[in-house]
Amino acid sequence: MDPQRKRKIRLVVALSVAVLLAVALVYTSFSASTEAKEPSQLIGASPGTSYEMTGRVVKGSIRREGNGIAFRVVDRDGKGKSLPVTYEGTVPDPFRGGREIVLTGTVENGTFVGEPETLITKCPSKFTTKSDG
Amino acid sequence: MASLGSALLALAFLAAVTAGALALAGRGDERRLRISRRVVYAFCALLTACVAIIEIAFAGDDFSFSLVAEHSSIETPSGYKLAAMWSSQEGSLLLWAWVLSIAASAALYATRNKLRELVPWATAAMMGVAAFFTGLMLFAPDVNPFATTSPVPADGVGLTPLLQHPSMMIHPPMLYSGYVAFTVPFAFAIGALVTRRLDAEWIRATRRFALIAWAFLGFGLLLGARWSYTELGWGGYWAWDPVENAALMPWLLGTAFLHSIMVQEKRGILKVWNACLIVGTFSMALLGTFLVRSGVLQSIHAFGDNTVGPYVLGLIGVVLIGSTALIVSRLDDLRSPKRIDSLASREAVFLVNNLLLVGMTAVIFWGTFFPLISELFTGEKASLAAPWFDRYTTPLAILLVLFTGIGPLLAWRRISWESAKRVFRVPAAVAAAVAVALVLFTDAGDKPWALALFAFAAFALTGLAQEFWTGAAARRRLSGEPGAQALVGLVSRNRRRYGGYIVHVGIVVLLIGVAASSSFQTNRDVDLRPGESVVVDGRTITYVKPTVAVDEEKFTFGSLLRIEEDGEVVGYLRPSQRFFRPTGQETGTIGSFFAGEATSEVGLRPGAGSDLWIAERPNIAAVQRRVRAADQGFRACIQGAPGTPEQCKALRALMLAAQSNPSLQAGALEQITKLQGLAAERVARTYLTDTAPSTFKVIVDPLVTWMWIGALIALAGALIALWPARGRRRGALVRTEADARKEAKYREIRDAELDHAAGKLSDEDFAALDAELRREALEILDRENGGGAKAPANGNGPHPREPEKIEQS
Repeated sequence: MDPQRKRKIRLVVALSVAVLLAVALVYTSFSASTEAKEPSQLIGASPGTSYEMTGRVVKGSIRREGNGIAFRVVDRDGKGKSLPVTYEGTVPDPFRGGREIVLTGTVENGTFVGEPETLITKCPSKFTTKSDG
Repeated sequence: MASLGSALLALAFLAAVTAGALALAGRGDERRLRISRRVVYAFCALLTACVAIIEIAFAGDDFSFSLVAEHSSIETPSGYKLAAMWSSQEGSLLLWAWVLSIAASAALYATRNKLRELVPWATAAMMGVAAFFTGLMLFAPDVNPFATTSPVPADGVGLTPLLQHPSMMIHPPMLYSGYVAFTVPFAFAIGALVTRRLDAEWIRATRRFALIAWAFLGFGLLLGARWSYTELGWGGYWAWDPVENAALMPWLLGTAFLHSIMVQEKRGILKVWNACLIVGTFSMALLGTFLVRSGVLQSIHAFGDNTVGPYVLGLIGVVLIGSTALIVSRLDDLRSPKRIDSLASREAVFLVNNLLLVGMTAVIFWGTFFPLISELFTGEKASLAAPWFDRYTTPLAILLVLFTGIGPLLAWRRISWESAKRVFRVPAAVAAAVAVALVLFTDAGDKPWALALFAFAAFALTGLAQEFWTGAAARRRLSGEPGAQALVGLVSRNRRRYGGYIVHVGIVVLLIGVAASSSFQTNRDVDLRPGESVVVDGRTITYVKPTVAVDEEKFTFGSLLRIEEDGEVVGYLRPSQRFFRPTGQETGTIGSFFAGEATSEVGLRPGAGSDLWIAERPNIAAVQRRVRAADQGFRACIQGAPGTPEQCKALRALMLAAQSNPSLQAGALEQITKLQGLAAERVARTYLTDTAPSTFKVIVDPLVTWMWIGALIALAGALIALWPARGRRRGALVRTEADARKEAKYREIRDAELDHAAGKLSDEDFAALDAELRREALEILDRENGGGAKAPANGNGPHPREPEKIEQS
């Protein structure tokens, strides 16, 4: 085969693979992603859907319950109605009242049930922490 | 001191601008270029002074600096005081600029006798970036590291205890050095594009900087992972968090760049690709800086301050648009008449590995920025979790390991079928044997991805071992040295090649650790009372007793755990959680002593086979109940309730007196704090008699130790590849471009000889290749010798010719 043509075929094959990967990427990312919500948007949300909730833990609301903990969260600006949350498993060190958290889970009977291992607690901004990577 | 610092910073900004302008104005003028270089050195000296002033302020607890007041305190351990600079945004910017000034000075010093056309533009590019970051500190709101507070507070806020970990002292500077050092190859690429000097000169001049950047960034990532593993109390080392991804992306692109520049050096192809890669790498490095500071993505690392984010985004825009325009306008010069000869060649495999690395970066980029992308298209912010990242990066990483194995076995240009059969036989057989053994004797068969990775890793490691073996054997034949000496000689005479192979060994070992620990991990949360045991993965863990420790700054609640294997005690672990007393604020109640930050101290029993990792959430509910009771008692006591002890009465009298006499207030406050502290300690110690169950997170991580070991091997390999060759150490930096070119050609000849001796090149191919390389080498020599009166090809003026220092093997 003449080299010019061979190169073209190679290019077409490579581009097709890249396009296929890109399509798979786009498709799976939209189906695998979880919607990000704030607590006030989740009050009365339909059960069964998985959400990524970002909110602020209400001070003094944390208590142990069974194998896990229960607490309440409000929107990040501290306003709006609070949402009850349950979470099983160990919590990150910085977790406490007043901190911002990100948690993935579902709403069941008006309570946000967190999936284990998905709780992220942000460091408090007063310690504008390191420039980490 | 602060005003001196501000003045020095302003001078540094002026120096950066001047150096860039002088370099551009001084193109072709040796004297002006020299001055501009010296101004860059001055820029470096000025920023060094700025950093020194800040560090002296931290060391001396000078709380008139806002930076010191907000990120340190008198009680902060002195080592962490020095590291506190980069826990802030303004300190990080200063660190960025300072490291850049060092890298720029080093690069200009190393190239002071060569690349005369290119250097002015490279200087301008580096100083442009430097002026940007220095200017940001001066002109953007709230990021001047020399801002002062008034009145001066008596004590600072302190450094968050989570960051008080040895690896946190060096993790940010390592990452920043990595990010920043990529500026050098980027700037020289810009210089090469502008001046259309697009052969491998700029690559030869900056290859070391790219490798240093890559090694620093990799080491920074490693330290971050280690910190996460031992300090964060969740037992993982990687979470696909946006900021982690932001550091991984330039590292992956940098890895691709380091490979593809070799192809350009050897074969003069992939020029457009390399230019695009370094622009991409540098943009990703800037993006890493931006992401930490912007708050646009939800991340454990994203904090409240977002004052410089938009500016950095602007710089990324300028870099991307400017570089793209430049590359497009130079496309004709970038085209090479040469092509990749054969798919069965080292350069073809390099290209495949480049595509895999870039593909991986694209996946991570998409996943990281998906919340923004999804908001754009659906109006909803949605994010992707670790399983999505794993789904794509796992197969890509496995293919990378396979090609890491194939690449070194092939020769440049082409490999004959006969030679291929010879070099692939042993590694392929070993890989097959390992796969069969794993399926038969372990449960690796249940995890096809992990199994594939282990088999390919066996292939790659055997291939690399074979490379060392045949290389040493060939050297023994050529030089007559005995075995071990031949191996050492082989590595030390071909540091780039064999240093690179050692990096490969390290990365493959690291990926084995990652695959094993992520696929075969046992992870359990258990509640235990003192005296109770649990069996996890064949190990019996017994909660012997609770422990308490109290010191100046923290309460530590923990446990003593006995570990037994096969009925024998193999050791004890002491996981705990530390509750730091809040600093820099008035204490109101005994309870407030427990209201500061908490950090986990993990109980870790590392092993070559697997790590046993235990974190504890001590159950301090009972302690807290008693604290509340004690607070009530204390209140009753100072209110003079009946039956109060003498101490209370005295304190009450003191407080009443303080109300009318302000000079007594400090003393009264101190008395209260002291009493409360004693009460808090007493209550804390009651934890020892508690029988409430604590929660333990127990993780058995197989082979995870090899991840750290692999990373260290890779780092050692990078150091070997960086180390200047013997005999040239002193002369290395004063070499001219002509020397560098000559030497590169000699190295190619040596490589071809080695490949031939190792059986990778057939006699026929070798004869042709050797003849071509020798002809090219002669051309270079001719040009130099014949051009005594003429200037050498790339210099603009006469420059001292170095004595021959090339060793030939």
